[in-house]
Amino acid sequence: MISEQKNMIEVSDLSFGYGDFMLMKNISFSVKEHDIFVIMGGSGCGKSTLLHILTGLKKAAGGRIKIDGKNLWMPDQSLRKDIMTNCGILYQSGALFSSMTLAENIALPLQQYTEYSSKLIQELVSLKLALVGLAGFENFYPSEISGGMNKRAGLARALALDPKIVYCDEPSAGLDPISSHLLDDLFLEINQSLGTTFVIVSHELPSIFAVANNSIYLDAETKSIKGSGNPRELLQNPPNEKVKEFLTRGENIHA
Amino acid sequence: MLSSRIAKGEITVIMEGNLCAFDNEAQKEAVYTAAAEQKTAKIVLDAKKLTEWDSTTVAFLYKLSKGRKEVDDTSLPKDLAHLVQLALRVDRKPPEAKDNQQEFLEKVGEGSLNAYTSFCRGVRFIQDSLKSMIRLVSGRAIMRKVDFLFALEGCSYQAVGIISLISFMVGLILAFVGAIQMQTFGVEIYVSSLVAIAMTRIMGAIMAGIVMSGRTGASYAATIGTMQVNEEVDALRTMGIPTTDFLVLPRISALMITMPFLTMLSDLMGMIGGAVVGTVMLGFSVDEYWQYTEKALKMSNFLLGILHGFVYGYIIALCGCYYGVHCGRNADSVGVATTKAVVASIVWMIVITGILTVIIEEAGA
Repeated sequence: MISEQKNMIEVSDLSFGYGDFMLMKNISFSVKEHDIFVIMGGSGCGKSTLLHILTGLKKAAGGRIKIDGKNLWMPDQSLRKDIMTNCGILYQSGALFSSMTLAENIALPLQQYTEYSSKLIQELVSLKLALVGLAGFENFYPSEISGGMNKRAGLARALALDPKIVYCDEPSAGLDPISSHLLDDLFLEINQSLGTTFVIVSHELPSIFAVANNSIYLDAETKSIKGSGNPRELLQNPPNEKVKEFLTRGENIHA
Repeated sequence: MLSSRIAKGEITVIMEGNLCAFDNEAQKEAVYTAAAEQKTAKIVLDAKKLTEWDSTTVAFLYKLSKGRKEVDDTSLPKDLAHLVQLALRVDRKPPEAKDNQQEFLEKVGEGSLNAYTSFCRGVRFIQDSLKSMIRLVSGRAIMRKVDFLFALEGCSYQAVGIISLISFMVGLILAFVGAIQMQTFGVEIYVSSLVAIAMTRIMGAIMAGIVMSGRTGASYAATIGTMQVNEEVDALRTMGIPTTDFLVLPRISALMITMPFLTMLSDLMGMIGGAVVGTVMLGFSVDEYWQYTEKALKMSNFLLGILHGFVYGYIIALCGCYYGVHCGRNADSVGVATTKAVVASIVWMIVITGILTVIIEEAGA
């Protein structure tokens, strides 16, 4: 299934700020197809903001973003909608609609963007829930299941349309180590089976080392990328003290 | 294309060509029926001629393989087989479905118990709010001045515009409708008395109350409801700070202070609305209209209107805060709390008006 890897996301000279305050200056990076790419960095460095820019929720002050070869901020908004239907998003809290059951949450994008019969949609909903280990939970409401299960259901919804890219905002936040580990395994399995590209914002080191095969480190002070590559290799050969401090939880610095 | 063949206790499912976005119900149903008829039969998946597949193919295979003991998937493409295996792995079984079938008596019993619990909770909330007010008077309440001032701002000058407009229009409508009837008897000038009495006695207070219920009461329910969702109310409780002191008291005090003034404003604007009809439509001079308005105005009516406004202030704030504090934990419940707060405050305003009217009539006011 995996052939020569092409660039799925290309970001060049991206800048973003709030008023006079610049959060990112001339950031450039690319995400290859089938990668599990992690955007890491300390609190306040702009990880989530970068994710919002990539998902089109915020517009950058400058620079260019290409997704699957197409410019994200192209003048024709209908083409932009096409790009976004190829992207699934898993929000930090799961962001499931509380007034809908899990099945209704997952069926929503299928009803909106496909011509499938209701029977097929039902089958697909059961499959997506089973893939994330929630088989049989179709008729449960988000408030009736745990935080970890909410995130899994959120992932099932993100996968509903078989997107090429899935963005995840702090997927391990607020989860116990076992749930977090199970979620990491799920990312790996879905990445291997479906070839989905994952872009994950995280500062949870165990998760980063478990899943990522590529990453960037955002630095809040210089507002730029201070390191990029496989996190395990970055740990072995850190390009600078900032990356080393982050990947060793500051233990080498404070020892 | 999809087909099946049954032989020697085996069901062979043949998948051919492109099965992307596969939505052929008839072909799938035929395979499902064959599998259902031969529950113990081994299923052999023949995908030698399968060229393309997607999630719909996986969904079909998952449904077919679920609960089967023997499934031969050796000819499936590796990724497809892996996905079906991943879906079939059960991490956690859902709890047994709750039995929602209730007997009639059970429903009545549960409904009565819920009503009784809600009633007790409401009474306790009123008690708590009154105790908080006593603590405020005795200077022992934990209420931040800034919260009170913020609440005061929200229900004072910010509400002037909308109350003025609505009351002006109500006065105008009242005079217009009254004038049509009074013209028949040639006593149009008494329109001024009608508007003056109606507005000062009750209409001014009711209009101010309805506007403030939709505007401020709903906002109290939504604000406190969102705090409940974000666990801010729990944080207050665990800090030992009474929620009625901290959240309810500033809002109740602010509305009880401003509502009499807003009622006065409403009275005035209603009478101005009436005067517009009296002067423009009926042709009276401003002096003439005012003369009859002055005759009809009674201090007792005016004070009763103010008293109603004061009581409405308490009811609106109480309902808004009550439904906010007792809001559920999701976005939907904030909407429900807001709706309930507005409906309950308007219903209680009317009920209390009825009670007050009977008491006042009995007292001979």
